[in-house]
Amino acid sequence: MPEQTIIQTSEVRKVYGMGEISVAALDGVSISIQEGEFVAIMGPSGSGKSTLMNILGCLDRPTDGHYILDDEDVSDLDKTELAAIRSRQIGFIFQSYNLLSRTTALDNVKLPLIYNRDNKVSPEERVEIARRKLEAVGLGDRAHHQPHELSGGQQQRVAIARALVNDPVLILADEPTGNLDTRSGEDIMNLLHELHEDGRTIVMVTHDHEIAEHTQRTIHLRDGKVEKVIKNGKKHAPRNRKGGSK
Amino acid sequence: MSPSEFLRVAWESIYRNKTRSLLTMLGIIIGVAAVIIMIGISAGTEAAIEEEITGLGTNLVFVNSTFSRGGSGGGTSGMTGGLVYDDGFAIADEVIGVAGVTIEQGSTATIKASGVVLEGVSILGTTPDFPSVRDIELDTGRYFKQQEVDQKQKIAVLGSSLAEELFGDDDPIGQVITVDTTKLTVIGVFEEKGMVGDVDYDNRLYLPITVVFQKFTPSQFAKFRGDRVRVIYVEVDADANLDDVILQIELLLAKRHDVSLESPDFSVTTQQDIIKTQEATTAAFRSLLAWVAGVSLIVGGIGIMNIMLVSVTERTREIGIRQSVGATPNDIRWQFLTEALLLSLVGGLIGVFVGVGGAWLFGWASDMRTVIIPSSILLAFVSAAVVGAFFGFYPANKAAQLDPIEALRHQ
Repeated sequence: MPEQTIIQTSEVRKVYGMGEISVAALDGVSISIQEGEFVAIMGPSGSGKSTLMNILGCLDRPTDGHYILDDEDVSDLDKTELAAIRSRQIGFIFQSYNLLSRTTALDNVKLPLIYNRDNKVSPEERVEIARRKLEAVGLGDRAHHQPHELSGGQQQRVAIARALVNDPVLILADEPTGNLDTRSGEDIMNLLHELHEDGRTIVMVTHDHEIAEHTQRTIHLRDGKVEKVIKNGKKHAPRNRKGGSK
Repeated sequence: MSPSEFLRVAWESIYRNKTRSLLTMLGIIIGVAAVIIMIGISAGTEAAIEEEITGLGTNLVFVNSTFSRGGSGGGTSGMTGGLVYDDGFAIADEVIGVAGVTIEQGSTATIKASGVVLEGVSILGTTPDFPSVRDIELDTGRYFKQQEVDQKQKIAVLGSSLAEELFGDDDPIGQVITVDTTKLTVIGVFEEKGMVGDVDYDNRLYLPITVVFQKFTPSQFAKFRGDRVRVIYVEVDADANLDDVILQIELLLAKRHDVSLESPDFSVTTQQDIIKTQEATTAAFRSLLAWVAGVSLIVGGIGIMNIMLVSVTERTREIGIRQSVGATPNDIRWQFLTEALLLSLVGGLIGVFVGVGGAWLFGWASDMRTVIIPSSILLAFVSAAVVGAFFGFYPANKAAQLDPIEALRHQ
């Protein structure tokens, strides 16, 4: 089975400010990530890893260079087109969960389905899909709880269910365990590994070496450039697209 | 995102901040209620004026006294000018196309009858043509004849509510009432006529004008030129030319009073003139009210804009989350626009109820009449929606332009 390249960046630059006071947060980053890979991005603060995450997540556009996501050049898309890419291709997992407050777990998981204009699903189907995703992360019995009624680990699992609901090609996790205690953090990492074994492509930003070592590769950034890429022990799990998962 | 989703999210947001939403809507509520109440008042005023005009009788010409300085009759100017009682008869006799003439002279008096004492009752001296010229019919009895007027007979006709107050269920015909010190015999009762303008026809006493001149408004002047009157009402034949009749009256009176038409001591006006004046007044009144209502709607709209801006700031993070899971700028714009629209429409709806209730209450509590015009409800409602859309657009646009990264970072 030939490997499909999901992420391909070439000489991506991101410059903030204008003229002499401009600062390059990313200064020619070229990386390539295959389908089914689990990759960690590490680097000290100011190394540009957040900026890279934002560009990979189509929340931001590169100043220069190209970013090809799943065979589509997304470098020059406008805000509306980027929103459509995010809706279709990307699932985000944030350090601070970013769930809508005063909104039930089920409604939070349902949210990306509401903004998905590719597959027209009825409101009843949405509830069903969201419920299945919640059950998949082990929170089937918490569907009608609001975020403040859930623990940090549970909230992050709701966020993971939300990231999966549109069946994206790429999952971006930004310090997913950063706000969690060790035990909950391990739970979340186990969940991410399960997703990887199911064939998901996951890119994770972390500053924790131990966590990074459990991925397949670690990309180290420094001063807006790729410093080194280290192969870790984890085995590659090619993506296995299951039928009827949508 | 479907319209129903936008509506659901907007409703949840409004419902979640009940107090704030209600306060925000208050401006729109007041604006819409003001539009409805004010249109109701001006429509009511118009209807009242129309009724008053038709209530005066059809094809009426009013001849009023004006005191001209050019009067050549000698003596002081106050003594010379103006209409006299006999002018009415001259018009009736000499002008072609006149259906009837009535002269009125009013005063107030205390009336006593069968143990009831009423003070400050309006009394009106008139001539036999009064019922036909003023378009009012008798319920029982009869009106007085010219002969009785000439002979200054002590007789009277009662307005319907006055008859009720004085005699209750008893038959007033033939009863004797004391008006100030004069004893009068009741010969008739008018049927109900109601208010015409600010005159209550039903609560008046009608008597021969000659009796009023003699007993209630005596004047030294009468000895020289006859009894002075303020207004003569002329009913014109339906098929006669109004302008022609007016010209005849003017020429006749100028000759009788020995004044020129350039500086007469009387003026001749028609119902049309009065309608025009009244219409001009109501139009000015209405445009003033429209401005007040419009301004309050705009103020309400600014209130909505204000709160929507606060709401956008408060919910910046929520906007970021929605953007990160795929909401387009348009999705965000519509979400906030829907909320602003919903706020103003719910406010508008409450305003309609307050307005209809307020107009009713206003009409009930004051003498002014109010009429609820269905189209005014629609107008107010549509204005509210337009205001909501207009003032909601800026905050909604601001929300749509937010950068997802900045928005997600917002605490």
